[in-house]
Amino acid sequence: MYKILTMKALNPTVMQMEIEAPLVARKAQPGQFIILRVDEDGERIPLTVAGTDPSKGAVKIIFQIVGATTYKLSLKNEGESIQDFVGPLGRPTELEGLKKVAIVGGGVGCAIALPIAEKLHQMGCEVHSYVGFRNKDLVILEDEFKAASTKMTVMTDDGSYGRKGVVTVPLQEALEAGEAYDEVITIGPLIMMKFVVATTKPFGVKTTVSMNPIMIDGTGMCGGCRLTVGGKTKFACVDGPDFDGFEVDFDEAMSRGASYRDFEKHAYDEACNLFQKEVQ
Amino acid sequence: MPNMSLKKNPMPAQEPKVRARNFKEVALGYTEEQAIDEANRCLNCKNPLCVKGCPVSVPIPQFIKKIQEKDYEGAYQVISLTSSLPAVCGRVCPQETQCEAKCIRGIKGESVAIGRLERFVADYHNENATEAPMAPASNGHKVAIVGSGPAGLTCAGDLAKKGYDVTVFEAFHLAGGVLVYGIPEFRLPKAIVQKEVDTLKALGVKVETNMVIGKTLTIDELMEEYGFEAVFVGSGAGLPRFMRIPGESLKGVYSANEFLTRNNLMKAYRDDATTPILRAKKVAVVGGGNVAMDAARTALRLGAEEVSIVYRRSLDELPARKEEVEHAMEEGINFRLLNNPVEILGYNNPDDKRDPKNGSVIGMKCIKMELGEPDASGRRSPVEVSGSEFVLDVDCVIMSIGTSPNPLITDTTAGLEVNRWGGIIVTEETGATTKPGVYAGGDAVTGAATVILAMGAGKTAAAAIDKQIMGE
Repeated sequence: MYKILTMKALNPTVMQMEIEAPLVARKAQPGQFIILRVDEDGERIPLTVAGTDPSKGAVKIIFQIVGATTYKLSLKNEGESIQDFVGPLGRPTELEGLKKVAIVGGGVGCAIALPIAEKLHQMGCEVHSYVGFRNKDLVILEDEFKAASTKMTVMTDDGSYGRKGVVTVPLQEALEAGEAYDEVITIGPLIMMKFVVATTKPFGVKTTVSMNPIMIDGTGMCGGCRLTVGGKTKFACVDGPDFDGFEVDFDEAMSRGASYRDFEKHAYDEACNLFQKEVQ
Repeated sequence: MPNMSLKKNPMPAQEPKVRARNFKEVALGYTEEQAIDEANRCLNCKNPLCVKGCPVSVPIPQFIKKIQEKDYEGAYQVISLTSSLPAVCGRVCPQETQCEAKCIRGIKGESVAIGRLERFVADYHNENATEAPMAPASNGHKVAIVGSGPAGLTCAGDLAKKGYDVTVFEAFHLAGGVLVYGIPEFRLPKAIVQKEVDTLKALGVKVETNMVIGKTLTIDELMEEYGFEAVFVGSGAGLPRFMRIPGESLKGVYSANEFLTRNNLMKAYRDDATTPILRAKKVAVVGGGNVAMDAARTALRLGAEEVSIVYRRSLDELPARKEEVEHAMEEGINFRLLNNPVEILGYNNPDDKRDPKNGSVIGMKCIKMELGEPDASGRRSPVEVSGSEFVLDVDCVIMSIGTSPNPLITDTTAGLEVNRWGGIIVTEETGATTKPGVYAGGDAVTGAATVILAMGAGKTAAAAIDKQIMGE
């Protein structure tokens, strides 16, 4: 069992937790992920590591409540435990030698992008962050991002905070203005990453995307997380989760990502109903 | 006077029509009378060839003699001398190519049903034994085992019996490896695997789950920081292979590993399951091994109307265990032999790009094959019959054409050499790798093979580790 050391809500649907897992905390690097199960019969879900505190033996995870499992996880309390927590899995994001980088994060993807921005910042790299959210209420980690960035732009879809529009707008402007990034690193919804890649490709700026497909084991056994990258089958759990954005088949990834949408929706509704019954 | 019947006692089993819709065990096991009657067919040969056919050298005539004497617990103790997992082997070993293939009774008539007798003895023990085995006195030496499948558990068991302080590291949340994620409940009930693991724990073996060696800890850390004097790598098969034909990323295409893991480990077949699985109507399983049979029969039990095995060679070349093929046929699995897939076809609504059905499997294009000249392996190689393409109506395709070794350990362990397929290189007689103190066995070395071969490798390595630590 793995103890929940701290937890807090970052916005109405996004939670942050620190889980006691000393061996994972010692090893995890930005870009890697863990797999957890909330309870005995729970499903295994992958979540990207949002930070570590090796001295406390803590691994930080940030997740959006999107389905039954994340909902059940959000109902846990500090001091309680979760059943399983395994990692760090996947390859760390490659950051060596980078001098100037654009980090493009969308929604809860910003949580995953933050440790990358922080590490780059520590390395003395110039970091330009472009973070996007649907509206003001959903903005998370703004101060943390600001501290890790040389320059930061917040976008909201409805203009209720920062600039109105999507993250590719300021990115496009920067590239047109001649910003010479060594690399663009983008993490967020598939559709956003697809458009980030479409934005950077004409400029030929290397663009790394962090993929989060359906997974079971996360160790290179089941093959459920396969993606087509450069016409070849790749496994996000052992070959990724980071890939060259120009090579990823996003349409296929989006289609596969929706394989169990009906089941997931049903499971989520059931979990909510069950909880409401218990409360009544 | 031995029982001179030319035929084995048949194995009682659930009716095919009934069992094809449930996940309960298919084969029900011998009754005491059947076991004694079958045991009496054994001639108790002075030079027992059957033992030579067993990768872990179970003293077969001796345990069968105990059955004849109605000393079933005694029989179990005899098997336990060399096998750590009798209840498993009695169920999943390909006896027809091993011990039973060598049985003298098989020359005229059928061999003694050694596997069924082994299962009877193990089940008797599991039901009746009251005392857990005692952990032997510790010899103070620490050995790490990577992976809790058949190779790892066997290695762990043999070393624990000698007094070693053994820790098994498992990546999943549950111990058992392929015995829990791969082989279905209807062939190997998970309670039996759990019992075997519990027996090892009673012998003092520690099992650490959620430990991905190569990630959470490396082999070097196990040896240098944690004081393990030797490490056995039994990490099993790795990434599933695909055919590299168009359409393999469509929704509804699974690797057998994924399909079986969802169902067996994650219990997707249960109504209260939290892990989803596609409940397909028409399923094609590509491949002809035991895993393909397991996937096909699982799909049937999940409610499919029609399940086909699509295999490019003929019946004689099917690599699966004979009993599994027979069971699958009885249950109504179609064997579409001498067929090979060339493309998986997906749904695409030209008028609605957001149609959720887009990207789902709606068929599989196959080509007919014929057997040509024998190749280097002696097997007749399949050749395409030109112009014979046809479309199989399916909504789910399960690829069961093998695996390639997992890179997690070999990528993170300096000095551990692999062959050009990525399998760990070992000295066959000892299981020793190119890295001192590190041994390996099972699918991580050989690529996909059988439970018993993995157990044999675990056993070999255990003996070599003992020798290394204790000195010659």
